[in-house]
Amino acid sequence: MVQETVTPIVHPFSKYLREEMMPHIWCPGCGNGILMNSFVHALDELKLDLDKIVVVSGIGCIGRTAGYINTDSFHTTHGRALAFATGVKLANPELEVVVISGDGDLFAIGGNHFIHAARRNIGIKVLCANNLTYGMTGGQQGPTTPLDSVTTTSVYGNIEHPFNLVHLAAASGATYVARWTSLHVRRLTQSIKKMMGKEGFCFVEMLSPCPEIFGRYNKMRSGLEMMGWFKSASVVENFSDPAKADITPDKIVVGEFVDIEKLSFEKMLHEKISEINEKAMEKVS
Amino acid sequence: MMKTRNLPVGPHFMNGDIACAEGAIAVGCRFFAGYPITPATEIAEHLSQRMPELGGIYVQMEDEIASMAAIIGASYSGLKAMTATSGPGFTLMQENIGLAIMTEAPCVIVDVMRGGPSTGQPTMPGQQDVMQAKWGSHGDYGIIALSPSSVQEMFNLTIEAFNLSETYRVPTLLMGDEIVGHMWEKVVIPSGEKIKIVNRKKANGPPEEYMPFRADADLVPPMACFGEGYRFHATGLTHNEHGFPQTSSSEVQTKLVRRLCDKIQMNSDKIIKVEEVMLDDAEVVVVAYGIVARAALSAVRKARENGIKAGLLRLVTLWPFPEKQVARAAQKAKLIVVPEMNCGQMVREVERAAKTTPVVFLSKLGEEPHTPMEILEAIRKGM
Repeated sequence: MVQETVTPIVHPFSKYLREEMMPHIWCPGCGNGILMNSFVHALDELKLDLDKIVVVSGIGCIGRTAGYINTDSFHTTHGRALAFATGVKLANPELEVVVISGDGDLFAIGGNHFIHAARRNIGIKVLCANNLTYGMTGGQQGPTTPLDSVTTTSVYGNIEHPFNLVHLAAASGATYVARWTSLHVRRLTQSIKKMMGKEGFCFVEMLSPCPEIFGRYNKMRSGLEMMGWFKSASVVENFSDPAKADITPDKIVVGEFVDIEKLSFEKMLHEKISEINEKAMEKVS
Repeated sequence: MMKTRNLPVGPHFMNGDIACAEGAIAVGCRFFAGYPITPATEIAEHLSQRMPELGGIYVQMEDEIASMAAIIGASYSGLKAMTATSGPGFTLMQENIGLAIMTEAPCVIVDVMRGGPSTGQPTMPGQQDVMQAKWGSHGDYGIIALSPSSVQEMFNLTIEAFNLSETYRVPTLLMGDEIVGHMWEKVVIPSGEKIKIVNRKKANGPPEEYMPFRADADLVPPMACFGEGYRFHATGLTHNEHGFPQTSSSEVQTKLVRRLCDKIQMNSDKIIKVEEVMLDDAEVVVVAYGIVARAALSAVRKARENGIKAGLLRLVTLWPFPEKQVARAAQKAKLIVVPEMNCGQMVREVERAAKTTPVVFLSKLGEEPHTPMEILEAIRKGM
């Protein structure tokens, strides 16, 4: 008798995910999975020690990512991921601290924490899924919602000017800033890889299709239609002026915007601490 | 590992805020995040100088919301962490105090109370935040709050607050006031071996078996920190023992929230501290806490000189409330007097515990705490 052993098929990336947390909560056509996929690819290609990575998220659809990635992870209160992550990075600078969160979380309720984390140039890597709305609560107007867009709280068309996130990040002091859409998977992965190797505060924005919620009210009812918009409107303009990179129905400027060298806050702080600690010890002895 | 400078052992003349900062250093706090606010600023100022000397971290955050979030992050990274504030900042911190409760992050929050509501009286003392200490964040939970009456206690109870916080994995509050914060008094800093230091229960065993929110018999789960290889998840959402969100199960919610309450309530005999002065035969008992207890003690002594059998029950622990101690004192007493610098907060708890014993409330707002004569007058009137 021939005995056959069946080896279970394990996805090569299984080790990066907490499979017990699956299925994920994301809708069909959502781009969050693409962002998570790019992040996992970047981790795999960089061969980083998973025990030394902390993924921190705020509240929202993409905020659940912290629970899905198989590293140390923390799901904070709404908007506070960066403030929490600041405590982590300062307490243990050897950890790679990655904040994965959404546009509403990072730039409305968490806007103050964002500009100050960038100003300090603390070595936190921020990955933002920008879906132009509040997805989890059913599609309200937010700080990135384009002018005239219809949402459940701007039913007559949005009259608030949206934030241009790459401009805000650059102006606040980030050392690396890039924007891609869920269509630019390879370039997105390259940007994530690049930022993981950089010192200081880094920001990568990914425009994420939200056909179920944002698209529903804005004549892009399927993921394909939203991707169609990204395809037709996206223009790669590397190192162009981020101030001119507003997202409009006709044009989405994508690419890298900032890539500079600057001493990080945690490095400066810990160097200073060592110096003062030495002196204090001399005084005692 | 950084070398550390010895404690400034011996007698000192210092103010309460500085004593609190030194207490934190003595117990091993090596992370402070804060935002300037009167009358707690001196704690931050002192630690901004002292922390680097000891290899510790001082960071000024953009607001109190961020300060509270940062100390939770530092706590989860293995450091003993603290923040200090006053009323307006304490209110902003409530959101993430809830997160620290839900994720069981040991940390200490100092509230040097001033007059409220809102911006109120920045430079005046108050005791108006004591109910906020218990109920300030939404949801049900157990919390520990201590009330120092002197500069020495700003030092001692900061140490105690850290020890309780590490033992029970709960944010612990030091509810000082503008007077104990700014007053200068003698403080004796004991040598290191005389200071009791408690550290959190660490996770052990293989990481794949670790369940971050599975509690031991004392209802407290052992704690892993980031970077130790446990690769755990923690969330402010209702979660199971694995730390994973399970937000629709009444069983998971009930088990978690009851444990968060019970781990404090069921250990309350070990947590609660009071000071009992001349209570054995006391017919009138003054129940007081914080700076007001100093005037109360003086009033009780004066009453004794006048032949009135008075005693003092000083609440060192405000939360969990010393219910048994109040009930015991009330059983023998004909009258209870509660002086507070608010419109009536802890007095409600005292009334509940005192049952049928009449309670007189002495409210004082705005400037100075009660004088001993004012409390004595209430004792006399009642008897």
